[in-house]
Amino acid sequence: MILTRRRALALSAGATTLAVLGFAPGRPQAATEAVDQALKAFTGGAAPVSGRIVLDAPEIAENGNTVPVSVSVESPMTADDHVAAVMFLAEGNPTPAVATFHFTPLSGTAVATTRIRLARTQNVIAIAKMSNGAVFMDTKQVKVTIGGCGG
Amino acid sequence: MATPKPRVKVPAKATKGEVITIKTLISHDMESGQRKDKDGKPIPRKIINRFTCTFNGQPVFACDMAPAISANPYLEFTAKVMESGTFTFTWVDDDGSVYTADNTIAVQ
Amino acid sequence: MRLRTIVPMAVGILAVGLAGAGLRADPVEDKLVIDGEVELVTRAKAPEGHPFDEVVSGWHYRTDETRALQQDSFANPAMLYVERGAEIWKTVQGAAGKSCASCHGDAAESMKGVGAHYPKWNAAAGKPVNLELQVDACRKNNMQAEPYKFDHADQKALVTYIKHQSLGAPVAVDLTQGAMQSWWDKGKDLYYTRTGQLNLSCASCHEQNNGKYIRADHLSQGNVNGFPTYRLKDADVVSLHGRLRGCVRDTRATTPKAFSDDLIALEVYVTWRGTGLAVETPAVRH
Repeated sequence: MILTRRRALALSAGATTLAVLGFAPGRPQAATEAVDQALKAFTGGAAPVSGRIVLDAPEIAENGNTVPVSVSVESPMTADDHVAAVMFLAEGNPTPAVATFHFTPLSGTAVATTRIRLARTQNVIAIAKMSNGAVFMDTKQVKVTIGGCGG
Repeated sequence: MATPKPRVKVPAKATKGEVITIKTLISHDMESGQRKDKDGKPIPRKIINRFTCTFNGQPVFACDMAPAISANPYLEFTAKVMESGTFTFTWVDDDGSVYTADNTIAVQ
Repeated sequence: MRLRTIVPMAVGILAVGLAGAGLRADPVEDKLVIDGEVELVTRAKAPEGHPFDEVVSGWHYRTDETRALQQDSFANPAMLYVERGAEIWKTVQGAAGKSCASCHGDAAESMKGVGAHYPKWNAAAGKPVNLELQVDACRKNNMQAEPYKFDHADQKALVTYIKHQSLGAPVAVDLTQGAMQSWWDKGKDLYYTRTGQLNLSCASCHEQNNGKYIRADHLSQGNVNGFPTYRLKDADVVSLHGRLRGCVRDTRATTPKAFSDDLIALEVYVTWRGTGLAVETPAVRH
């Protein structure tokens, strides 16, 4: 496995990832609260851990209007053991909500892609909720560039 | 653009138990509610807020969308097919409109 | 430090990039293949009289994600416009009760390769016409319909659809017809004329500084073989004249009107600069 900065952060932080995110420099308090609230509503209070979920997003987005993000969660995707949902949050947007994917055993895999808007350079968070209630999380910083031609 | 128009890409056939990739795209401005018009008045939010995919009536995949989803929403996901049948896709607009598409697949 | 001496002189951030913070990167080595099937020519030997030895598509200057978007005809959001254009092609409009298809039949046959040769000399008009003007002439003379308002979504969709029928065809403007050469000359003059408060010409960015970064933008050669193109910034299809106007506006100059003689001349010249590149319409840029 390639040890990216993001993965190193997630691994070292482990179950305390949430707390680490809370102290990210320059992160406005309001955004922190909105992110924490969205997380709580989604997880029901379960503490997210790293692993099993991989969030794929460009390190540098040429334009924040259209940023491809993919998520992949390891799971057998059976009736008893599958990924129920994956929520994306963008902590630097005016509101952090982005999208929630809902999977079923018929999905076959918990792999999906969409395109999102990012108002500025920020962390994107993906949280997977398994059918047994376990919660996994991955975070990636996306640098949103400002073009030379009118932004 | 005129009335939102969906595009869907589903393989025409597959083998039993195969996991196929489905791609969907729909023309929509996804007006975020964050922008202002020339006179400085906020432009009201109008987005597609939910997408669903079912196969022969059974849920396969769904997505709740916020205004942070890009214009012309794109979704790519997978489905495990055990029999021939029909995928039904729906997109629900803030104004209550529902856009749909159907695709059949032959499974051997 | 070089940068420090430059900053006080800079009129705007634009100027900092151009004055030579100096960060430069070669265009990405990669092959443009649509859907794993159709390979497009993105590098070509420059025509005689061109300032470069090789003309390079702007596709090479974009990030992995943006390049990938253009290579998948499903993921490319501009293909929604192509589909819309196909509908318009068949739709009867105007007093004559005709659609494009009434005269031209199947665009896949009748329009194949056509867009690669525009702008084109038009004897009746006494000047070069681009695809938009050609469509408008058809609407007026044959369909008895109103010309499109500039950059109307239907105009962009129809022109994108027509140009897409030439996907892969090499750009080739015929300068031997009528007074095309004089329009090329005029376009060349404009290309090298500095304008606006930032005092920039087209050449300032796309010739003298192509390959460098202007803020975070990797400056391309400014070839237009992918227009109309999907621009991530606009999350929309952008016409060539829309883009040219945007460029001029960014130099903080008075913006010329779409389809004005100046912009048509510039279109003739910049299209010629991309001679030999494949039509990429609809391309995807940042």
